[in-house]
Amino acid sequence: MTTVTLGLSRDDRPILIAALFIFVILVAGTVYTFARFGSAPLLSPTYLLQQLQVGAFLGIVSAGMMVVILIAQIDLSVPWTLAAAAMMATSIGGPLAIPVGLGVGLLVGIINGIGVAYLRVPSMIFTLGVNAVMRGLMVAHTGGYAPQTTATELMRTLAGDRTLGIPNALFVWAAVSVLVAVILQRTPLGRYIYAIGNRESAAYLAGIDTRRVTVICFALCGLAAALTGVLLAGYSTKAYQGMGDTYLLPSIAAVVIGGTNILGGRGRYLGTLVGVVLIVLLNSVLSIMEMPEAGRQVIYGLVIILMLLVYGRGERVTS
Amino acid sequence: MLDDLAIRVRQNIGLLTAILLFCILYLLYNLTHPKGFSSAVLVQNGNEIFALAMLAMAQTVPVLASGLDLSVGAVMTMVGCFASYLLAGAVGGTPLHLDIFGLQLGLGTFPGGTSGILLGLAACAVIGLIAGFVNGCIVVYGRIQPIIATLATGAVYIGIALFLRPTPGGKIDEDLNWALTNSLGDFAATVHIFNDGSATWFSPIAWIPVPFVLLVLIALLVWVPFRRSVLGRAVYAVGSAEGAAYMSGLPIARAKIAAFTLAGFFAGCGGLFLAIQTSSGNADIPQAGAYTLNSIASVVIGGTSLLGGTGSAIGSIFGAMILRVISFFFRIFDIAPLLQPLFEGLILLIAVSIGALGVLRVKNTLELFR
Amino acid sequence: MQDTVPTQSAFLTLAGISKRYAGVRALDGIEFACERGKIHAVLGENGAGKSTLIKIIAGVVQPDAGTMCLAGNQVSFATPSAANAAGVVCIFQELSLMPDLSVADNISIASPPRRFGLIDARAQRRRAEELLAEIGCEDVNPLMRVRDLPLSRRQVVEIAKALGKRPQLLILDEATSALTSADVEKVYAMLARLKAEGVAILYISHRMHEVEALADRASVFRNGRHIETFDKGARSTADIVQLMIGRDIAAQYPARPARKPMTPVLALENLSWEKHLDRISLSVGTGEIVGLGGLDGQGQKSLLLALFGVLRGVTGRIMIDAREARLGSPAAAKSAGVALVPEDRKTEGLMLPMSITDNLTIASLGAISTGPFVDRAKESTAVERSIARLQVKIGAPGDAVSTLSGGNQQKVVLAKWLMTEPRIILLNDPTRGIDVGTKQELYRLMRELADQGAAILFYSTDYDELIGCCDRVAIMYDGRIVRELEGDELTETNIIASSLNVHTETPATAGTAHA
Repeated sequence: MTTVTLGLSRDDRPILIAALFIFVILVAGTVYTFARFGSAPLLSPTYLLQQLQVGAFLGIVSAGMMVVILIAQIDLSVPWTLAAAAMMATSIGGPLAIPVGLGVGLLVGIINGIGVAYLRVPSMIFTLGVNAVMRGLMVAHTGGYAPQTTATELMRTLAGDRTLGIPNALFVWAAVSVLVAVILQRTPLGRYIYAIGNRESAAYLAGIDTRRVTVICFALCGLAAALTGVLLAGYSTKAYQGMGDTYLLPSIAAVVIGGTNILGGRGRYLGTLVGVVLIVLLNSVLSIMEMPEAGRQVIYGLVIILMLLVYGRGERVTS
Repeated sequence: MLDDLAIRVRQNIGLLTAILLFCILYLLYNLTHPKGFSSAVLVQNGNEIFALAMLAMAQTVPVLASGLDLSVGAVMTMVGCFASYLLAGAVGGTPLHLDIFGLQLGLGTFPGGTSGILLGLAACAVIGLIAGFVNGCIVVYGRIQPIIATLATGAVYIGIALFLRPTPGGKIDEDLNWALTNSLGDFAATVHIFNDGSATWFSPIAWIPVPFVLLVLIALLVWVPFRRSVLGRAVYAVGSAEGAAYMSGLPIARAKIAAFTLAGFFAGCGGLFLAIQTSSGNADIPQAGAYTLNSIASVVIGGTSLLGGTGSAIGSIFGAMILRVISFFFRIFDIAPLLQPLFEGLILLIAVSIGALGVLRVKNTLELFR
Repeated sequence: MQDTVPTQSAFLTLAGISKRYAGVRALDGIEFACERGKIHAVLGENGAGKSTLIKIIAGVVQPDAGTMCLAGNQVSFATPSAANAAGVVCIFQELSLMPDLSVADNISIASPPRRFGLIDARAQRRRAEELLAEIGCEDVNPLMRVRDLPLSRRQVVEIAKALGKRPQLLILDEATSALTSADVEKVYAMLARLKAEGVAILYISHRMHEVEALADRASVFRNGRHIETFDKGARSTADIVQLMIGRDIAAQYPARPARKPMTPVLALENLSWEKHLDRISLSVGTGEIVGLGGLDGQGQKSLLLALFGVLRGVTGRIMIDAREARLGSPAAAKSAGVALVPEDRKTEGLMLPMSITDNLTIASLGAISTGPFVDRAKESTAVERSIARLQVKIGAPGDAVSTLSGGNQQKVVLAKWLMTEPRIILLNDPTRGIDVGTKQELYRLMRELADQGAAILFYSTDYDELIGCCDRVAIMYDGRIVRELEGDELTETNIIASSLNVHTETPATAGTAHA
């Protein structure tokens, strides 16, 4: 019976611990601000919403990244898929801006998926190459400067405006989250994703079209990155070079901190949400503390190691 | 004996292809270059190749043990920043102090002069070693997946680099810079050996660029013995079949730690050279990332399997050189620098896709999931 | 019951050894001894505790209780290398070779010859050549990578590797299962030499004739207990089988229904693939269980994989219901009504960390979905029903399938496929490593499925099973079907003779179990 309870809590434990850590960050940050400025911005809903609005971008990227990590792959092409979607969307403009942006992401995702699933090139290396190609295409397209075109009205509304006092970006994030969570929890596709991540050969022999599922996962990840690009361009009113570079590693970190196994097959979407919030809040607290970049990086790395030491330890190989 | 040769060729086909490809590309490059086959071109190329070649070697060792090291670029950057303090070579020595959030700590003076420089070089190499050792310990004793563990330690190392050099700067001893980034003749003249490089026996080899010599020396003195050591073979064994390695009584933990430590050392050498070459320390995060990713590409192009167990650091050196030579061509053909990433990416994709065509020959599709 | 061998001359003595795995008793108070210069056979069904016993002796796992003495000194091995150092060397069934290293590297992996601290490649190669020559397998080039060798050669390398450790106690666990008959002879000669040199040898094999030819003494294990130890010739084969199984064999298998004419569901015409399948023609009818027999590795597994769409480049025709079927992938095979219980349930049959429910429904999610969603209610009904039908012993359907015993895991694999309502069921050695009770349930289930109209193609390494379960057995040799046995022809003698592709009726191996 003990094994039963352990089995159930195995996926919940990381989420609980990460949530606890968020609480610690909030308390520590508040104590700091109270002592230093005599105020507690971290506890004000306005400030939190503002932080979460920025967090939505990371959240959407991470949702896509999680799907790919669950099938024991990785997508390193996210930075320039994101930027390319943003650039194409702004340069097309008009009502087609968003569909074209998302189309770019979908296309890149499908190419990644084909390379990984059909050619069986390690995703680490294939998506790396695709990232370079996308970067090359965009640099060639823009001449290496920030494109002069600006985001459409709709993009700006989606990313920057608020409805009922809540940033629209949060609604988009919520919609993406519901979609991904439902796919993972409730649909056959979700089961196939976990099955492939756990044991691809067994999934294949169960009559699952593992290659198609792999392509779909990369396509979802590409779409998520593209959506983020479109939103980010709307938020900052235009696309810019390297706009996706700061999203790759944090998205992987958020997924892993949320308890998803980097080797695939295990992890809940709620964990990724918690992981994103943790990273976003950690960043806000560090900016309030005016922590220089150096300190941020160190703390960032230490937090990942610490969290994984608490719950991410693999099994020892014995035979 | 012919049999043996055939077997060896078949087993090292990846390496041989990489060498051949490099030779062809480099020959073409020299033929098309207006000053091709000159020492000046060689020297310039050597300087551009060295750091990536070291990082490619660094990446190879953990990959052989089937663990990726995403921190090699960060270690390189960090060691480079250390070097920009320790290799200043001022005659009176360099005062060191720490500034931790306004708390000033004097750490005495780092010696100057030749002995100071030698000490500094050693210290930088040791810093790289330690960084790699820490990676290894976290992977082995923390039982965290290498890819994610090194992602995290990479952030820490970059943080330390930023702490040391929030803005690019520092200074490297000019003689050191001159001696290591030119030809052997210049080296001899700078350190006053072989009659300042004018000894008769010396002149036939005086044209060879120092970075190439260093590369060969490091490969021969560090990699080759390691590969032939018991520990080195344990690294291969762990990457090939960890369970079988355990059953055979191999020191798995030690092999993994050694792999990451050696990676740290190689990455440190790369950082050291980069700092010497640019005469400064620069905590450049995008550059660190680019080097890490290019190191992985080099490893694959050099014929090492990302699954571990097969390949060699020598192949990775050639992989790195191929990557670099390709970018040299952009200069020759005057391809706009803007288009370079596009070509680099395409070439990488084409290379790995051709390599993957073997997949189509697999007759038992279950073998695809090995 | 136990006439334990006098221990004064024993080299290895085990006293009161017990071991549990996740609450299941694998070994229970084992008393065991073996001597120098003797080949000691260890017999027992799969799951009798033999492999646990070996793993304890070889230092792979530690016993929960009991003591082990080697040459009179009490020992306990924390690792395989500690056991090696004490002269205890084991050749495991699952190969312990590193596929990417060369043969020479593998043979000397634990203690390579060194010069100036570095591995001396030349000496290492010489050593490999010498050891391979000792077994008479000079044809293996020590430079070759193990990955590039066929399975039979790998096993030779494994033996050479063990020999290189200069064992005092050598354990062979099914070490000849993949060897060609010529190599088996060489291994026998080597064992005889080692025996003369005074090495103690523990020999585990399922091939009774091997045991009879080689062993000086045998011990029978059953259900984790030591049943009896006796000298060569003291017991007949029938007795031994009786001891191993512990009850009458005949009762093991469900009654075979009378043969009646039936319509073929699956018909193969000239099926060929690479070097492994050679113009196979075979048909399986509704309600029929057709066995695939023959020595291991004669193409039986390839045949099943070909029928499940796993192999590329298969030539010939596969007819299902008299229509040619194109089985390009397992997915296509599944929709054509084919199911496969694969060879290795841990890597091919199950996603071990996932729940029992997830594993059961993974192949039939389409049927239990409403619109795009998995219907939880339908799912749990279906899961409950199939758990009940196969009497799978579980805690809760949400538990990881890895928590189940081997037999129950195999039931989950089968149940998964039954949920797709297959018409053709391919079974690849489904009873391997499963306890006797579960085996019997599987046999009953197979017959039940056949009676309901399924066509079953059943590969087994166990001749008894083939004889007991099948309506007809096709014997394969070198990728071909050399003989089909049916009715009275279906005897162990005939199976063995055909397996060796001997056409004359060989005299029955002394008293087959089914005489």
